[in-house]
Amino acid sequence: MQEFLQQLVNGLTMGSVYALVALGYTMVYGILKLINFAHGELFMLGGFFGLTWLTASAFSGLLKSPLLGLLVLFLLVMAMVAVIGVLLDRVAYKPLRRSPRLTAVVSALGASIFLQNAVMLVFGSGYLVFPDVARDIYWMVGGVKITLMRVIIFLVAVCFMVGLYLLVQKTQLGAAMRAASLDHDTSRLMGIDVDKIIMLVFVIGPALGAAAGLMVGLYYRQINFAMGWTYGIRAFTAAIMGGIGNIPGAMIGGLLLGIIETLGAGYISATWKDAISFAILIFILIWRPTGLLGERVADKV
Amino acid sequence: MKERLRNIRNRHHWWPLVLLGAGWFCVPLFANSYWTDVANFFGIYMLLGLSLNIIVGYAGMFNLGHAAFYAVGAYTTAIINTRFGIPLLVLMPIAALTAAGFAALITRPVLHLRGDYLCIVTIGFGEIVRIALINNPFGLTGGPNGVLGIDRPALFGFTFYQPGHFFYLIWVIVILVMFGMRRLENSRLGRAWNYVREDELAAEAMGIDATNMKLLAFILGAGLAGIAGTLYAGKMTVIAPESFGFWESVVMFAIVVLGGPGSIPGVVVGTFGMFVLPEIFRGFSSARMLVFGAAMMLMMIFRPQGLWPSQRVLRVRQAEGLESQGSAAGRPA
Repeated sequence: MQEFLQQLVNGLTMGSVYALVALGYTMVYGILKLINFAHGELFMLGGFFGLTWLTASAFSGLLKSPLLGLLVLFLLVMAMVAVIGVLLDRVAYKPLRRSPRLTAVVSALGASIFLQNAVMLVFGSGYLVFPDVARDIYWMVGGVKITLMRVIIFLVAVCFMVGLYLLVQKTQLGAAMRAASLDHDTSRLMGIDVDKIIMLVFVIGPALGAAAGLMVGLYYRQINFAMGWTYGIRAFTAAIMGGIGNIPGAMIGGLLLGIIETLGAGYISATWKDAISFAILIFILIWRPTGLLGERVADKV
Repeated sequence: MKERLRNIRNRHHWWPLVLLGAGWFCVPLFANSYWTDVANFFGIYMLLGLSLNIIVGYAGMFNLGHAAFYAVGAYTTAIINTRFGIPLLVLMPIAALTAAGFAALITRPVLHLRGDYLCIVTIGFGEIVRIALINNPFGLTGGPNGVLGIDRPALFGFTFYQPGHFFYLIWVIVILVMFGMRRLENSRLGRAWNYVREDELAAEAMGIDATNMKLLAFILGAGLAGIAGTLYAGKMTVIAPESFGFWESVVMFAIVVLGGPGSIPGVVVGTFGMFVLPEIFRGFSSARMLVFGAAMMLMMIFRPQGLWPSQRVLRVRQAEGLESQGSAAGRPA
C-alpha cells in the first residue's frame, strides 16, 4: 500500500508536468487544428534557458532569497520561450494557414529538427547538470516520501491550470479564444482579432511548456537536447488521451498518463513503460475515438 | 485524330524516361562503391516512400509509424534466415506477408479514428514495435544489438555481395514497383482510394467500403515496406532497433509530402531531397541536420503542394478552389 501511494505521488508529479506540456499541444490544436510537433522542443528550451540563467553570475545574488529568485527565473524563462513560440508560429506555421494539413505537419517536424539541432550545436550533445535547488528537503507522510520539489511542481502546475481554466472560461478574452477555435471567419465577423488570439495561444502554450521544462530540469537536475521528443510525445499522448483541443481534457490526460506510467513502470516493467502507455492510449481510443473528454463529431453530410 | 495526338505525346513522354532509366542503370559502372551504396539506399528509401505513398498519398491517412512495418519485414527476414537458413529471396514474400498481416491485425481496430488520432496511434505502434525489439521478447530479436550474420541474397547460385550487385537487385525491384504503382493508381482500387481520401462519406454513399479500402491501403503499404525490410537486412547483414525509430518514420513521411502526396515522380524527387541531398552535404557534418530541418520548413512554405504534385490531386484542388470562388461571387453552388 505504501509503495502504491509512493508511486501515486511520483505519478502525480510526472503527470502535472505532462499536463502542462499537453496544454500547449491542445491549445494550438484547438485553434489551428495543427499538431505542433515542435512544442516538445520549446519545453526543452525552457530547461536550457533556465540552466543558463541559473549559472549566470548575475543571478546568484537573487538566489539568496530562493523564493523570489525562482519566481524571477520562471518569469524570465517563460517570457523567452514565449517569444520563440511566437517566432515559430510566424516562420513555420503562419505561411501555411491555408495549405493542406500534411504540409503543416512536415513543417512542424522540420521546425522540431531545427530547434533540436540548434540547441545541440550551442550546448553540446551531452547531459548538462543543474545546480541543486532545494532537493534534499522532504517530508515523510505516512511512510510516503514527499520532496519539496515534487510539491512545488504539483502546486505550480495546478496554479497554472486553474489560472488558464479561469482565463478561458470566465474572461472576455477566453470567450474570444473559444469562439476563434470554433470558426475563424465567423469570429472575425464578430470583431475578434483572430490573428491576435493565435498569437496569444503561441504565448501561453510555450510559456507553460517552458515552465514544465524548467521544473523537470530542477527536479531531475539533468537536461539533454533530445529530451523534447521524449517528453513531447508523452504530453501529446496525454493531450490525445483527454481529447485534443479540450483544455480540461489535457489536464486529466496528463495526470492520468503520469499515473499510468509510474504504475506501469513500478508493477509491470520499467523497460516496457512507454509501450504500456501507448497500448493503454490505443485501447482508450478504440473505446472512445476522440479521447476521454473529446466531443463526438458527426461527419458532415 | 485526338487519339493519335495523344499517342504521339505519350511516345514523346516516354523516351526521356527510358533514356534516363538506361543512364541510371550505368551508374555502378562509373561510381565508386560509396556512391553506389548511396544509390542503393536511395532505392530502399524510394520503396519505403512508394509504400507509404499508398497510405498517406492515395488513401489520405496519417501514418507516422511506418518504420514499424519496415522493421517487421527486416526482422522476419533476419530471424528466419539466421535460425533456419532459408535464403533471403525466398523470405522476401514471407516478410511482405508478415508485415501485411501485422498491419491488418493492428490497424483494423483503429481505422475509424480521425486524422490526428490516427497519427498518434501510428506513432504509438512505431514506438511499441521499437521498444519490443529492444526488450528482446522470447530471445528472438537480440535486444539493442539486433540480429547479426544475415545471409546475402542469392539468385541461381549468384550471391549479391558488392554494392554494384545490390544496385541492380534493388533498382530492378524499384522499377517494377513503380510500374505496378502506376497501374495501381489508375485501377479501380486506386480510384476508390482517391474517392475515400477526398470525401469518405460520399465514397460510402457510392457503394465503396471505405473501411476495407483503408485497410487494403495499410496492408499493401506494409507489405511493400516489408520487402524493403528484406532488402535492407540483406544489404546490411546486421540490423538493430535504432534503424527503425520515430525519425525514420518522419523521413518516410516527409519524402511523401515533400514530393507531393499521391505522386510517383514526387516520391523520386522527395527521396532525392530527403536522403540523397543530405548525403551530398555530409561534409557540413554538425550543422547538416540544422539545415535539414530549416529546409523542410522552407520547402513546405514555398511548395506546399509538393515538389512534383500528382496531377490528379491538383485537379481536385483546383476544382475545389473554383467552387469556392464561384460561391463567393454569389453564383449558386
